[in-house]
Amino acid sequence: MKRAGFTSAWLPAMLLLPQLAVIAIFFYWPAAHALRSSFYLQDPFGFGETFVGLSNFTSLLTSAAYSRAAWFTVFFTLIVTFGSLSIALLLAVKADKVIRGAKTYRTLLMWVYAVAPPVAGVIGLIMFNQSWGPLKEFFALFGWDFKLGVNYFDTAFAMIAVSIWKQVPVNFIFFLSGLQSIPKSVREAALIDNRSATGRFWDITFPLLAPTGFFLLITNITYAMFDTFGVIDTVLKGQPGNNPMTLVYKVYVDGFRGNDLGGSSAQSVVLMVLVLALTVFQFRMIERRIHYT
Amino acid sequence: MSHVTLTALRKVYANGFEAVKPASYAITPGEFVVLVGPSGCGKSTMLRMIAGLEDISDGTLEIAGRVVNTLDPADRDIAMVFQNYALYPHMTVRKNIGYGLQNRKIPKDVIAAKVAEASALLNLDDYLDRKPSQLSGGQRQRVAMGRAIVRDPALFLFDEPLSNLDAKLRNQMRIEIKALQRRLGVTSIYVTHDQVEAMTMADRIIVMNAGRIEQIGAPAEIYHTPATTFVASFMGAPPMNLLDGQIAGGAARVGDHTVMTDAPAAPGPVTVGIRPEDIVADPNGPLTLDIAIVEELGAHRLLHGTLAGQQLSVHVGKDSPATTGPFRAALKPGAVSLFDAGTGERL
Amino acid sequence: MTTHKRRLRLSTVVDHAILIAGSLLMIVPVLMLVQMTSMPDLINMKTGPSLSIGDQWVPNFEKAMFQADGFSGINTGTRMLMNSFILGIGFAFGKIFVGMLAAYAIVYFRMRYASLAFWIIFTTLLLPLEVRILPSYEVVQRLGMLNTYQGLIIPLIASATATFFFRQYFRSIPEELVEAARIDGAGPVRFFFDILIPLSRTMIAAMFIIMFVYGWNQYLWPTMVTTEEGMFTLVRGIKQITQMLEGNQIPEYGRANMLALIAILPPVMIVIFFQSWFVKGLTESDK
Repeated sequence: MKRAGFTSAWLPAMLLLPQLAVIAIFFYWPAAHALRSSFYLQDPFGFGETFVGLSNFTSLLTSAAYSRAAWFTVFFTLIVTFGSLSIALLLAVKADKVIRGAKTYRTLLMWVYAVAPPVAGVIGLIMFNQSWGPLKEFFALFGWDFKLGVNYFDTAFAMIAVSIWKQVPVNFIFFLSGLQSIPKSVREAALIDNRSATGRFWDITFPLLAPTGFFLLITNITYAMFDTFGVIDTVLKGQPGNNPMTLVYKVYVDGFRGNDLGGSSAQSVVLMVLVLALTVFQFRMIERRIHYT
Repeated sequence: MSHVTLTALRKVYANGFEAVKPASYAITPGEFVVLVGPSGCGKSTMLRMIAGLEDISDGTLEIAGRVVNTLDPADRDIAMVFQNYALYPHMTVRKNIGYGLQNRKIPKDVIAAKVAEASALLNLDDYLDRKPSQLSGGQRQRVAMGRAIVRDPALFLFDEPLSNLDAKLRNQMRIEIKALQRRLGVTSIYVTHDQVEAMTMADRIIVMNAGRIEQIGAPAEIYHTPATTFVASFMGAPPMNLLDGQIAGGAARVGDHTVMTDAPAAPGPVTVGIRPEDIVADPNGPLTLDIAIVEELGAHRLLHGTLAGQQLSVHVGKDSPATTGPFRAALKPGAVSLFDAGTGERL
Repeated sequence: MTTHKRRLRLSTVVDHAILIAGSLLMIVPVLMLVQMTSMPDLINMKTGPSLSIGDQWVPNFEKAMFQADGFSGINTGTRMLMNSFILGIGFAFGKIFVGMLAAYAIVYFRMRYASLAFWIIFTTLLLPLEVRILPSYEVVQRLGMLNTYQGLIIPLIASATATFFFRQYFRSIPEELVEAARIDGAGPVRFFFDILIPLSRTMIAAMFIIMFVYGWNQYLWPTMVTTEEGMFTLVRGIKQITQMLEGNQIPEYGRANMLALIAILPPVMIVIFFQSWFVKGLTESDK
């Protein structure tokens, strides 16, 4: 709040009303509902429900399918996060360095941000097409018989590749803007103090980029866990079968297609707890994070 | 008759911090009063209470005969110039100056006339259709002034208006503001941490420290007879030399040196204050200083050294000899101020 | 006569090589998509993407825009394009409207329960729609809002991203501006319209672009709440696109890829044309 704020009783209430109404109806109500349903067993035909305590959770924890999805989510998230972050960092450092064509490179490297995840998935389907996909053909040169949708590993590979491709631009934008906000004087001082460009990068640039990098780390984990739904759904053509899937996709498959509302709600609650833990971790890190200004 | 009257005005924040201790004073019509003190001393808080930007915890505030404690800033008949000017960046100079009048539902032609009058006064005629970002620092400062004077307020408030300008421009604007205030005859309260601004601009200075008013007086009075050691050390550059001394046998002494023979104080420890320019070179003088550094300033010189082991500075003319080493000196008559060694109050 | 030959440094060459490789990585897959939209479906089915440019753009475009599937016959490309615009613009507008008002209340007013309101609002940043997708669906169903634009748009607004963004921005505006405005006799409503909105123009534009792209690209939520074909957005319609490639004798690659292309074109164009605003808006939110 500003020091000299306005004083009025009804005006701020009116201003807050739309926001509060929307989140009460479409955020808190559903969230509470999910919490509640996670303790109930719903009749699949919508007739009544029974309180079952924690049994939805225990059956989750003992389910082999769930733990497979959980482990896949962990690997998927790690690879997508670090893959897209490192490619984006490399490109941002180079784009920040070159003098000619810097603007053109920036445009060329960022526009994919606007491509919807499922469209990225469709593009993936072309690239890995069974009969003539360019990447499939390329891998065949090395004797890799790529089978999208049939082979578990190959399908996971395609999902990861498309997810990284879709996420590099946004990371690139943030890294580039982080690099450009490093004061010129600091760069010049580093230029005088350190002869090696690699040394300068690791000693000066990288630590100064750490706050941006940390912010992106959290953003990317959230992206990989949630926003890749569209990629996965299109790559799997809506037919999960025995293919890899992430936890969010499983919530959807079990709850919306399988009509297991209790189990799916329990999964939602587990995800909520995961996200909350991640956020608490983020806030604690931000509190500790060093401000260089 | 007074124009602005503060009676035991006080500010306590929610966390219990007392930013302004009960303060009372009265300002006469047309007077230019400067509130001066180090940052965090409460001077800005006091100004903001007068402006209505900060709630008043206790006491009463009257402007032009009305108690305005609970009035909105817009209803107090004041105008304010901010440190960063607070110009509306998306409005032209013309709109910036006229905005306050426009909100008062004043007819358009009247606004235009008043804006024209103010801009003529401030030499802003060529810039009326520019945005603040296209102006220099000094011009922005003038626009902020224009915004204030166009309203014909009962009271001008200035919150460190010159601190964002470079030294040369600051000197020039100082004179301009002072001249403008004289010409308009509007009562003004001016907050600054710069003692030079305070000395040069004020009719009366109010020196504040740690939420408390240390002294109120005309510039010369503040300078020559500071009420406390704080005022003595805050006003003047370099500040008054403050030395630990003793009163014995009616004389004030610093070490072995007698600085005052008829000291009006009881025997015991005392703080001795001497302005640097009140120490003059005198081959037969009673004091022997040890000078360590000479600062050459062209028109005059500053000598830094010790007297009886205590740091002090001496301000001498350019003709006065200046070398490091022993320096014989005398004091001008009435040069010595004595302060209570414990409380810092003038004796 | 001497000519100064600029020495081309190896490291510069490597830098450009990396950047060009990265750019190609981003562009080539989409170019393949574009190339396939120019070819007859039979050739696409046999050979996939190639270097030749065909003459099928117009027919494929016409099929994509005006041919409908399903029982209703109304989910043409035109219809989906319209729905996408409604979702993108409605979402961006709603988000900015709700967010700006709330942020204004939070930043510029002294309120009782201010911190309570703050926490109620900003807790929503913690849980993305995806984790509460099923209960949200049930709520929308119970309110009878399935297959409506309200049901499509409003639940997506139920988080505080824009509010948080505007709060950060408002806090960066110098305090003296509101003080000067108060002395100039501007009340809260006047301050909002005369000072705050004009000052925030760039930020509003940036936010609009980001939110438009975000809304346009929504997939999971539209998939759940719109089951009537007349309500499909382009991105939601992707499912149909992939099915076109599965069911038919000759998969309709030309039409499917054309639809995919139409789905990415508006947001991509906006991001490219308003690049500087977009980047500013995106990176400011980090602060």
